[in-house]
Amino acid sequence: MIRFDNVSKTYPKQTRPALRDVSLEIERGEFVFLVGSSGSGKSTFLRLILREERASHGQVHVLGKDLARLSNWKVPHMRRQLGTVFQDFRLLPNKTVGENVAFALEVIGKPRGTIRKTVPEVLDLVGLGGKQDRMPGELSGGEQQRVAIARAFVNRPMLLIADEPTGNLDPQTSVGIMKLLDRINRTGTTVVMATHDQQIVDQMRKRVIEMEQGRLVRDQSRGVYGYQH
Amino acid sequence: MRAQFVLSEIGVGLRRNLTMTFAVVISVALSLALFGSSLLMRDQVGTMKGYWYDKVNVAIFFCNKGDAETDPKCTKGAVTKEQKETILAELKDMDKVVESVQHETSDEAYKHYKEQFGDSPLVNSLTPDQMQESYRIKLKDPQKYQVIASAFSDHPGVQSVQDQRKTVDKLFDVLNVMTWVASFVMALMLVLALILIVNTVRVSAFSRRRETGIMRLVGASSFYIQVPFILEATLAGLFGGLLACGMLVAGRYFLVDHGAALAQKMELINFIGWDAVLTKLPLVLAAGLLMPAMAAFFALRKYLKV
Repeated sequence: MIRFDNVSKTYPKQTRPALRDVSLEIERGEFVFLVGSSGSGKSTFLRLILREERASHGQVHVLGKDLARLSNWKVPHMRRQLGTVFQDFRLLPNKTVGENVAFALEVIGKPRGTIRKTVPEVLDLVGLGGKQDRMPGELSGGEQQRVAIARAFVNRPMLLIADEPTGNLDPQTSVGIMKLLDRINRTGTTVVMATHDQQIVDQMRKRVIEMEQGRLVRDQSRGVYGYQH
Repeated sequence: MRAQFVLSEIGVGLRRNLTMTFAVVISVALSLALFGSSLLMRDQVGTMKGYWYDKVNVAIFFCNKGDAETDPKCTKGAVTKEQKETILAELKDMDKVVESVQHETSDEAYKHYKEQFGDSPLVNSLTPDQMQESYRIKLKDPQKYQVIASAFSDHPGVQSVQDQRKTVDKLFDVLNVMTWVASFVMALMLVLALILIVNTVRVSAFSRRRETGIMRLVGASSFYIQVPFILEATLAGLFGGLLACGMLVAGRYFLVDHGAALAQKMELINFIGWDAVLTKLPLVLAAGLLMPAMAAFFALRKYLKV
């Protein structure tokens, strides 16, 4: 699903690499937590998977494709098999909940019939059935994040990338979101989630990858958060 | 591609940027109108140069029957064959100055006149035998006009010797300067229009960065992301192009036919016809569509990376 072979990344005009010689493999259907303090390289790791950045050295394989050899015009097709969720939800405030989810299908040219059928289905799945016509501003943070997850999942991606999805939510709401992500993971979708939330990591007992100053310092199955900050 | 989606995006984009769009339309219209008018002025010079301008430098006009009564130089009547032959022989001897000589009969003169002044009312009042027979001479050095003039202007049978270029060159100089000024102003306006388009597209892309960001993440092709912006610029360009076409048509109408009515005031000048104006319009429109589309495309390459 994801394979990093001796991957390093140095951003232009910077001497210190953001990622140093990282090698790891994530299998289909895994649930992986990515932990580490700010600036440890978590975001770079995710950006490399999404091919928002290219590795300076080493190879990144996602869904069986070598991203260094993937031409620019094929990148959108690769991204259609990925879903992404962010800390700040990134919803369109002037579109309803349903339109926000439909937007993801419209812009990749899905037929209207498919959209009309799948959008309510996926909203039901994330627990927002019947809230299709509400505006994002009328929803709580947890509900907004569910809309974002619905949008990320509506195209049934093989891989879901989540960058601190509970970062803006209170602990109780976070638990709900984690249950949802777990449920999505059980449908066979691989989930890679960067987080600072110690409680969640310790509770879920999934594989934990820890980064420190760009290096992979720990890779533990059924791990815990493991360090104090 | 879902047309409705793209169209609504364009509508939103244009309305959000109304003032900038307006500036783009005006500057595109002005630069294209100048582009069109410099093309038309070049045409005008071409029409006025007529048949002989680029081929010869000096013309020796012979007396014809009609001149015998009106012109003191031609009192002996029309030019004779012997007179013409003597002149031709003398011209051939001057091969240091003369490059070539062509003979224009009065029939040919009538034909060329008709070609040059096709729709002028003057043509109808003329007959072929009113036209003058002439030798059209090409000089090795166009400045040596005086040599020919002094040698032949008092020759029997010669009505006059004319330096062809002198008669029209001053007018052409004026027209050429105008063409250059128009081209220069056009170049400036073009740069201004391009900067405005690039800036408008940038502002538009920036104000919609949230949407385009999501589109990128969910895997919309860059074509799909860029098309609304490019069409937006193209639409503004189309309005500008149409406005420019209107200005050109109005310019021809008010300068030549009505208003300034130059066609009536300067009967001897053959003005470019409507066909010359109409053939420029598709060119102007095409430039109006392509220029903003290209500018938008290059602006987006920088601001909407994959």
